[in-house]
Amino acid sequence: MTKTLTHEFVKGLWKEVPPLRLVLGLCPTLAVTKTVENGIGMGVATAFVLVCSNILVSALRNIIPHQVRIACFIIIIAAFVTVAELLMQAYTYPLFLSLGIFIPLIVVNCVILGRAEAFAYKNGVMLSLADGLGMGVGFTLSLAALGAVRELLGANNLTIWTTTTSVIGLQEIFGPSFQPFTFMVEAPGAFVSLGLLLCLMNLVGD
Amino acid sequence: MREMITMVVVLTVLSTFSGGVLASLKNATAARIEVQQLKFVKGPAIKIILKGASNDPIADRFTIKDGDTERKFFVGKFDGKANTVAFESYGKGYGGDVGLMVGVNIEDDTIVGVGVTTHMETPGLGATAKTNPDFTSQFKGLSIKEALKITKDGGKVNALSGATITSRAVCVAATGAGNIYRKLKPQLVEKLKEFNQ
Repeated sequence: MTKTLTHEFVKGLWKEVPPLRLVLGLCPTLAVTKTVENGIGMGVATAFVLVCSNILVSALRNIIPHQVRIACFIIIIAAFVTVAELLMQAYTYPLFLSLGIFIPLIVVNCVILGRAEAFAYKNGVMLSLADGLGMGVGFTLSLAALGAVRELLGANNLTIWTTTTSVIGLQEIFGPSFQPFTFMVEAPGAFVSLGLLLCLMNLVGD
Repeated sequence: MREMITMVVVLTVLSTFSGGVLASLKNATAARIEVQQLKFVKGPAIKIILKGASNDPIADRFTIKDGDTERKFFVGKFDGKANTVAFESYGKGYGGDVGLMVGVNIEDDTIVGVGVTTHMETPGLGATAKTNPDFTSQFKGLSIKEALKITKDGGKVNALSGATITSRAVCVAATGAGNIYRKLKPQLVEKLKEFNQ
């Protein structure tokens, strides 16, 4: 198998998209996708950590001793997660409030540790960067898709971004008389819609 | 042996480096995070408590050193006089500290209003302390000088149903605010004079 940059990037978008193909990183996928905005926010934060940790792990792969590699990965990942958390607090505080505990929990997101162990530790910096970007974008898009399904049916809205004064997105898509399925924005709705989305992915195939 | 040393060295260097980066980033973002918290968490509570003030309480703030801690006070002007301050105190709740913003009129030592700011209480039970105006409005008009308690403990405040611990925490925070107020009142009066000029 030839390893090209485009190949490594594209595989994360469809063939190995983390939550829907590898079925990894489901905790944030299920928990925060009440709205598209939350999904995108979580996805971008995860993608940021993934890209940075992939680059650093791959750059240090010849220095990190094999026996303590997991501990080293965790230090690197935890540092970047804290960076992401501080930056979110400083610049997108409402998003930080709605994601809450799930931002520090990015540390234990198995997509990130998985890519560090399975890819970045064995490949060069540029390839790892492409891999991290692809996986990150794929993760963000899956979360946004799941968030769209849940928010559309559960709240009849699609919010892309909320500022202090206005909301960017579509409101009341099915008209004001549509009665939203509140079930969809609650936890069981997350499982049902993720299940259906997985089913759809399998039907479509590669 | 060599392996051991490399392991120790690599882990130490990595941890030290990450620690240093995070500490400096924390310092760099601290001021901005505080502004954001004022805007999104404490701001709304202060605005509700000091409703009708003729000034912007978030802009008109000052700090007083109380032992090792610096306490922030937000000034509210009513009828052209800066006579009300709002400040935060904490009580131990069910899931951690419950932050309570307390507004006090310094002329007659009464509470003008309270509002929960930060908390980690159970959604639907304790968390309603923040959203239920019927609960927080009970504090309005009470004297800041007395110890506040829920009715179950012989006080005047009706507890939230299903959230006795949170209700107690709010009372403890309000009582604590009273203690801070008593201690710092002379300094508060001095500071408020500056806002009247």
